[in-house]
Formats: sequence, structure tokens, C-alpha cells
Amino acid sequence: MSFALYIHWPFCRSKCPYCDFNSHVRDSIDETGWRKALLAELDHFASETAGRELATVFFGGGTPSLMSPATVASILDRAAARWRLADDVEVTLEANPTSVEAEKFAGFHAAGVNRVSLGVQALDDVALRALGRRHDTAEAVRAVELARSRFRRWSFDLIYARPGQTVSDWARELDRALPLAGDHLSLYQLTIEPGTAFATAQARGELRLPDEDTAASLYELTQERLAAAGMPAYEVSNHARPGGECRHNLVYWRHQDYVGIGPGAHGRLTENGQTVATRQFRAPETWLDAVERQGHGTEERIALSSRETAEERLMMGLRLAEGVAREAVREAVDESRVRDLVEAGFLADDADRLRATAAGRQRLNAVIGTLLRSD
Amino acid sequence: MFAAPMTPLDRIRNFAIIAHIDHGKSTLADRLIQACGGLSDREMKEQVLDSMEIERERGITIKAQTVRLNYKAKDGETYVLNLMDTPGHVDFAYEVSRSLAACEGSLLVVDASQGVEAQTLANVYQAIEANHEIVPVLNKIDLPAAEPERVKQQIEDVIGLDASTAIEISAKTGLNIEGVLEALVQRLPPPSGDSEAPLKALLVDSWYDQYLGVVILVRVKDGVLRVGQKIRLMSTGATHTIERVGVFTPKGVAVDELGPGEVGFITAGIKTVADCKVGDTITEERRPAAEPLPGFKPVQPVVFCGLFPVDAADYERLRDSLAKLRLNDASFEYEPETSAALGFGFRCGFLGLLHLEIIQERLEREFDLDLITTAPSVVYHVYKTDGTMVAIHNPVDMPDPVKIDRIEEPWISATIFVPDEYLGGILALCEERRGIQRDLTYAGNRAMVVYRLPLNEVVFDFYDRLKSISRGYASFDYHLDGYQEGDLVLMNILVNSEPVDALAIIVHRSKAEQRGRALCERLKDLIPRQLFQIAIQAAIGGRIIARETVKALRKDVLAKCYGGDVTRKRKLLEKQKEGKKRMRQFGKVEIPQSAFLAALKMGNQ
Repeated sequence: MSFALYIHWPFCRSKCPYCDFNSHVRDSIDETGWRKALLAELDHFASETAGRELATVFFGGGTPSLMSPATVASILDRAAARWRLADDVEVTLEANPTSVEAEKFAGFHAAGVNRVSLGVQALDDVALRALGRRHDTAEAVRAVELARSRFRRWSFDLIYARPGQTVSDWARELDRALPLAGDHLSLYQLTIEPGTAFATAQARGELRLPDEDTAASLYELTQERLAAAGMPAYEVSNHARPGGECRHNLVYWRHQDYVGIGPGAHGRLTENGQTVATRQFRAPETWLDAVERQGHGTEERIALSSRETAEERLMMGLRLAEGVAREAVREAVDESRVRDLVEAGFLADDADRLRATAAGRQRLNAVIGTLLRSD
Repeated sequence: MFAAPMTPLDRIRNFAIIAHIDHGKSTLADRLIQACGGLSDREMKEQVLDSMEIERERGITIKAQTVRLNYKAKDGETYVLNLMDTPGHVDFAYEVSRSLAACEGSLLVVDASQGVEAQTLANVYQAIEANHEIVPVLNKIDLPAAEPERVKQQIEDVIGLDASTAIEISAKTGLNIEGVLEALVQRLPPPSGDSEAPLKALLVDSWYDQYLGVVILVRVKDGVLRVGQKIRLMSTGATHTIERVGVFTPKGVAVDELGPGEVGFITAGIKTVADCKVGDTITEERRPAAEPLPGFKPVQPVVFCGLFPVDAADYERLRDSLAKLRLNDASFEYEPETSAALGFGFRCGFLGLLHLEIIQERLEREFDLDLITTAPSVVYHVYKTDGTMVAIHNPVDMPDPVKIDRIEEPWISATIFVPDEYLGGILALCEERRGIQRDLTYAGNRAMVVYRLPLNEVVFDFYDRLKSISRGYASFDYHLDGYQEGDLVLMNILVNSEPVDALAIIVHRSKAEQRGRALCERLKDLIPRQLFQIAIQAAIGGRIIARETVKALRKDVLAKCYGGDVTRKRKLLEKQKEGKKRMRQFGKVEIPQSAFLAALKMGNQ
């Protein structure tokens, strides 16, 4: 079973209006103090999972590219010292495609990062402003090109189904994006999350998303274009050339073990055959205090029931084109509903795997809702 | 406690007050009680008689109540005036008739600016039928808009009563209350009766008191009621021993006996009001009357509907609450009903739509229940080809059409008063509802129209339409007017070809398509898109008369779900699982029960 490490850097220069991640804007950050705390929490989890080999490491946020390469380096060095790093370890860092951050790519690479994921979000200056991004298209393209020169693997994100976006708008944007792509692209449909600036605007009627039919057409176009370009979806919103899949994220979707450190980070660890869910304090200062006081910022540590574990595996596994082992989700699934879904073309008829078809993935909430045992 | 001797007949006056809502009946009653010293100022609260919260809010009396007033008249004698407060709504027409049968006269209270309304008229006709001496009273005479002469003319034109001696008052300010009291003494006949004859007392109403048990309101016609007496209820033959005899002043006061002409209450260890039928005759076990008093008839519910708890967990509470309400109101019926779409509930019968609303409101308010009512249905007489007849009030009980020879439906005679300017709209409404015009007359700038209408057209949003067309100025009253054959059909609503029992209705063939289309459209908006297309159809037998389609879902997936999202999203699954328990399966699709609930809620609005 693969084993992964996630590090959460909770700070951003500014908060984007669509983002509900655990990100915060602070005037000044005591990076030395934060580094110490992250290392301390790393030590804490390492002592619980001694002897395991890290297949992947992921720096997420927030904006982890705001960290100094030295901090990244010390975390990776400590991880290597406490666990074993796999020979082909995948180390990803999320970065904003601004010139300031792009200048640090060499440093991150030297620190051990071998994959970057850039939050490009749009290749349209008007849209970028509406999304609250601090870069424009030209700057983003330069950052992608710089990433390409520094890293063997790079990915970037785009957000589609934006207010007013048409199918032909999106087709043109994809045409611009594909030549910039490495082995991986994340293409997300804009989702209005509660508690964000966009949610407020939507409630006021100031923000109108495309309707379901348009959203479906945009999604279908995305699947077609990317498949034709040799980057089929391996997950609902993630596309890769064969072998270019983000191995770290596969750990989540395959419901394998991962340690999550930093404010609000979640983890899943198998202990005595049972899945344990960990969650760290979400507020940066609360987490920091806890780590300084007790060596870790764990707010919650819960053993999941086998039913809950099966539900998580179903929910995550069906996002993947490869699906999930039937045995792993048996407890969560109402078998009597499988046939209808297979007949309707939403599930594939595999003997030992439960797998959503492309049509099924496009309607995954309803597919899961139908499959879910309610008794 | 004090012992009051039996009052001589010529010192008794029994009277009712007839008035339209808001014309001042309760205020006048309060003033009369005050003037006769029935309550001290401290005890006086507004509208003493309407004691239930809903009664007070709606200005409607549901239970009959009486007050015994001692009035020292100008002739120097003290009279006992029994005020009978009657239910004032068409749904309770029978109860009204029994209350009126307990009196010899009525005060006809008319708002001096508003004039006669439909409800007033219906009750006046009942009073005339009961041979009442009727004393017209013009209330609110102090208002600038008062037009006493016009209203007097209207009383003469519309009702045919001599209004020249109408008493002009203001119940609000207390103006000329004395005049009303004097008129009662001078113009109303005293009751007649024989104290030596076998006991005959009219059961006017009854209610449940948590300390006393069932309290029966009575009017003695012949003979004497006294504590310890063994009585018999003539309709059922049940016997009881009187435990208490008393009068309301309006406080309950014990007396030794009640003689002819007197009005008061008894208790006799009776457990439920269902055993005390309004209009029944109470006689003495030892020396029974040969004949009961005329006019008794058992109460029959007219309008039926299903009542279902929104939350299935409330079923037991609904059952207990219905039982509690029924303790005090035997005129509604209920029996358990199971619906595939709505779960467990009750089929309930009511005296009319208002009665239905009152019960529903009391269940929701006093018992804190959230309820769904299915479309109200009337009672159809279905004559089968084998010569038998079944009374059907639930569409799901409708026999197979091939076994039906004909269906008869109840009709009503409706009287509507409406200002000129809205008459056109009201006539159109009545015509649209299969009405047949019987009369159209004018009184000043108000028209009075009489229509025969099928009751099933009236139970379907007729009041609401009437109100909105006339901006609230139309008044409406009706009485049942026999059964008549109609081209009626059972219309089912099908979801993916399976009928939704709770939405089935019996409807006139000419209305089926319109109603069916409206229901299908409504459901289409309420049923969320799903993996599979959903066909919603309205059907008469095998024939589809309306169809809507809920298109299949095209896209419904979380864009992002990573390690930090798993816990939160799994918790959403928990909610989804809870929701599934309230789903009803129709073929491959599961429809949330809430969609049917919402469809029914909208239908009631």
C-alpha cells in the first residue's frame, strides 16, 4: 500500500473569491517558527508510522510556493530522515504562476521538489481578474514555461463553467492550454462553496453560473478534447498522459494511507486493520500553539467503522476511471441497484471492480446516491 | 352554590344572536352580560364567549354556549334572559338549527355600514323556520359610514322583515344596550312548556371538560331536570344519572333543577361527546316521553381528506391528538389510512371546509404537528351495475369503472352577496364551476346571486377564488341540496407509469384535463432531475390526458474531492442516506416524499 505525506501551508497573499480551502492572509509570518512547528508535527506522525516508505510528498495550501526553498528543503530532509523515501518518490509543490514565485523554482528543485502544480485557473485576463487572481495570462504562460524548463513533470489547473462562459469560449481556452501541458492537467468546474465571496455574490443574484445543460456540455467537451489530445480523464477533473497521473492524489482516491501535517490537514492511517481519520486544528495560530505545547496539532483522531471506510472508498474510488475493488465497498453498496445502473450505462459490468463509466462519473453524486445502502 | 327556584315561564326569554362575522355579535354579547352584571369588570375580558383561541382569532363560534342573564326591566320585574351563542358558520348549519330550536327569538345584528351578508341571510332563514320572533338591531351606528336607513330598507327588501322598529346601537360604546334588553322582554314571546309532563329536554351541544367530564348544554321543553335523576338519551337509549345541574352566568353555577323554558347544563358521568348527539332528546328513564323532539338527525361528514404527518415519526402523536380533539368534537371522523406516497396517516371526515381547516389548524397549533392534507373530497354515491350503491369519499376506493352504472355527487345551493363591480367575475367563477344560476337580485349596490353548484367544485379552491375575485367583499353561504348524477371520473397521476395514490382525485370529466395538466406541471417543477428520465402523467383509466417529463440528469458531480474533503463529503452521504429513507420508489427512480408533500401543499393554497 502506498504511503504519502501532505504538508499544508495555510497562507496566501490574498484570498480568492471561489476558494474555501484553509487559507489565510497575514501581514507577516514567522517562517522559522512555522518551519519548526511543521518539523515537530512531522516527527510526531513519523514516530507513529516508523519504518514506512514514502511514495509521495505533496506541499499544498494556501500557497506553498510562498515558502522559502530552505523551508521546503528542511521538511524534505526531515522526511527522508524519519521515513524512507522511495527511489522514485514524487514530490509535488503547488505554486502560483507569478513571476516572483517562478523565480524560486530552481530553489524548490534543488530542495527535492520534482513536480509542480500551477494554479493558472484561466487563460483569459478578464476571467483571471474576476477569479481574484494576481497574475495575468502572459505571466502565467511564462511561469508554465519556466516550470517546464525546471521540472520533468508539471501540471496546471484551470477552472471552467465560469459565469458567462460558453462552450466555444472554453474550446478556445483549451486550445491554448493543451500545447502548454506537460503530463497532467486539472480541469475543475467552478463550484460555489458556502462561506466564500462568490457564495455571497450568488445569494445576491450577482453571480450566475451556467445551467446544468451548459455545464454538462462544457464537461463533455473537456472529456472529448483531452482524450483526443492523449490525456484522458483518470479522475473526474484530472487528466494525464499514461503514467503522468498524480500519484499523490491517487493515494487519496484509492483510500491508501497518508499523513497530513499543518493547519487543517487531514490524514488516513491504517492501524490494526482499521482506518483512523486524523484532523489538525484548522486555525493557523491554534495549530501553532498546540504544536508548540504538545508536539502536534491534532484536533480529532477517529477510528472509522468498516461501513464508513467502505463509504469513503466508494465515494473516492468511483471518481477514478479504474474504479474500486468490489470487495472494498461491499458494505456500503445496495447490490440490488447495480443492475439498473449497469443497464443504463452508468456502471461498467466488471466482476471484481465497481467502475463508473464516463457517463456515470459525470453524474457521480446521483450514482453514489443510488448505490448507497441506507439501512 | 345557591339554589335558584324554577323560573316562571313568563319571566324567561330565550334568544340567539344572528350576525355576520365582524358585525359585532360578540361585542354585543359582552355588553349584555356587563349590563346585567353577569361578570365584574375585572372578570370581563373581550369576547367572553369565544373561549377557544381559534374562535377568537377567526371570530367564529364553534361550540354553542349560553349565558343566563338576570335583567330588571322597566316594568319592575326581573327576567331571566338566556343568550344562546350559536356557531356562526355554514359548516355547522345543523348545530345552528338546534341552538335556534332552543330559543323563541333572535336578535338580527347588522352592521349599519356594511348591510346584510350571505351568512346573515342563511341564519335568518333558519330562525324564521324555527318560528322565531326576530328583532333587527343596527350596530356600529356611531361610525361615520353608518347608513341606518339604507340598511333598514335592505333588511326589508332582502329578508322581508319589518325593520321600522330596528334598534340602533353601538355595542362598542354601549349605546342603547338598554333598548336591546327591553326589546327582548317586550317583543319576544316567553317559552311554553309543562313542568308536570314527562321530561323532554333538547341536547343543544356538549363538550369535554377535563374535571367534569362531558358537559351537556340543554334546553328544557317539558318536565324538570334535577340531580340524581336517571335520564335516557332517546336516540341511543343510553341511560345516565345526573350528577350536576347548573346554569352559566357565564360562570358555571349549580342549581337544584331546571324547569320548562330554562337553559342550563348537566353532567352525568358521560365519557365522550360522541355519546351526546346534538339535537337528541333527553327524557326521564322512569317516565319517558312518548315522542322525541322533532328535528334530530345524526351528523354526517360532508368533506373528507387524508391527514399525514410530514415527519413519519409524528404518526403516533397525530393519532393521540386526533383522539383528544374528538373527545370534544364528535362531528369529525377519522380512520387510519396508508398511502404508498405519504406513508401512514388518517382519512378524516368533516362537516365542511372550514371545519377541516379548524381541525387542521388546531392539530398544528395546539399539538405542534406539521401536517399534509390531501385534496378534499366530497361523498360520491356510486351506483354499481349489480344494483348496489357505495358511498365513496376516497378516490382509491373507487370501484372498477366497468362495474359502475352511474355516479351521483352532492350539490349545494349557494347564496353569494357581492358588490356590483365584482359580480361579473363571480358569475364567471360559478359558471366555470358548473353552476346553475337560480336567482339574481339587487339590493342597493350589492347583488345577491343564488347558484346551484356541485360541492366538489366548491371544495377545490372556490373560497380562495371568490375572495380574490371580489377582493374579499363577497360573502358566501350554502346548504346541501341533494345528489345528482354527474359525469365523474377517477383521475390518477402516474409517475413512471405507477399511480401516486395520494394525488388521485375524482373529478368531472370536463375538468379532468385542466386539473391533470396543472398537477403534472407542478410535479415536474418539484421532482428533482435524476439519473433516469421521469414521466409524469395524468390518466383516466388507461387514457393519458396530460404528460410532463423530468429530463434525466446530465451532470452532477463534485469537481474536487481530495484528502481534506473526504470527511466532510462522507458526512453529506449520511444526509443522503437519511433522505433515501423518505424516498418512494417508482420503477427505477426514487422520488422524495417531499415532492408529493409540496404538490399537495401548493394545491391547498
